[in-house]
Amino acid sequence: MNLEILNSGVFTPLAGGLLIGTSAILMMLLNGRVVGISGIFYQLTTPSKKPVWQLGFILGLLTSAFMYYRITGQAYPEMIRPWQFAIVGGIFVGVGTRLGSGCTSGHGVCGISRFSPRSLIATITFIGTGIITASLVSFL
Amino acid sequence: MKHLQIITSIFAGLLFGLGLALSGMLDPAIVTAFLTPLNNWDYSLILVMGSAIGVTAPSYYFIFKNKAPLFDTEFHISQIKEIDKRLILGAALFGIGWGIYGLCPGPAIAQLFSFQFEPILFILTMALSMFITDKFSDKNPSAHTGVQSDE
Repeated sequence: MNLEILNSGVFTPLAGGLLIGTSAILMMLLNGRVVGISGIFYQLTTPSKKPVWQLGFILGLLTSAFMYYRITGQAYPEMIRPWQFAIVGGIFVGVGTRLGSGCTSGHGVCGISRFSPRSLIATITFIGTGIITASLVSFL
Repeated sequence: MKHLQIITSIFAGLLFGLGLALSGMLDPAIVTAFLTPLNNWDYSLILVMGSAIGVTAPSYYFIFKNKAPLFDTEFHISQIKEIDKRLILGAALFGIGWGIYGLCPGPAIAQLFSFQFEPILFILTMALSMFITDKFSDKNPSAHTGVQSDE
């Protein structure tokens, strides 16, 4: 069997996207929910009703990521910027996902998949400002 | 049905976390390489998004032919259609944060059990700024209508 593809750098992103998509499909088919991590996280941290399924989803996410690195023997990817950037980035992501009602998963995957014009515009916008910002920061 | 919802959510979370880990999105170096197309562009996140949408979009099409999901009485989908300043501003700010640190919410949370200091700091400031945003923006559509407007 040709295992070249496993190391070509193409297989893991495609497989990763496939699993993310399958997760989104199951959540909609079974529970009628969009997989939007910023929304799920928000409901978990500021609960109005008991966010039980949200807790289940996040625990599943944490567990499988942990198991992946355990089983493959890889280390978690390391951060590339100092902690001050984490604070500033976290602030922008928190404010932005609340105002914009979503992030990469909610708008970028689920929203576009249901052909929501709002999500398409949001995705183009955050990839655009992301490219501008990351390009500027890389010059620092 | 509530129990079934919780079980399916855990299973979907497991798939999602594994997908994130495989996709490379937990690595700010890969995300940053994607967001800097002029400098040795890493296009792999296009493959992630492309394959995710590639399976989800056609599946959604058939799923929405049903009246309701299997374990709930209705689909919880945002009914807001308006493309307003709030959406654009929010998405723009989110993109800036993504570009500054190379993490979006899913990968940041999936980094939690690495017990690295910076992702934890990122998650905490994200939670705090979400909370403060809600306090100071009364035009939050979900707060008024009770409709689940988050994507």
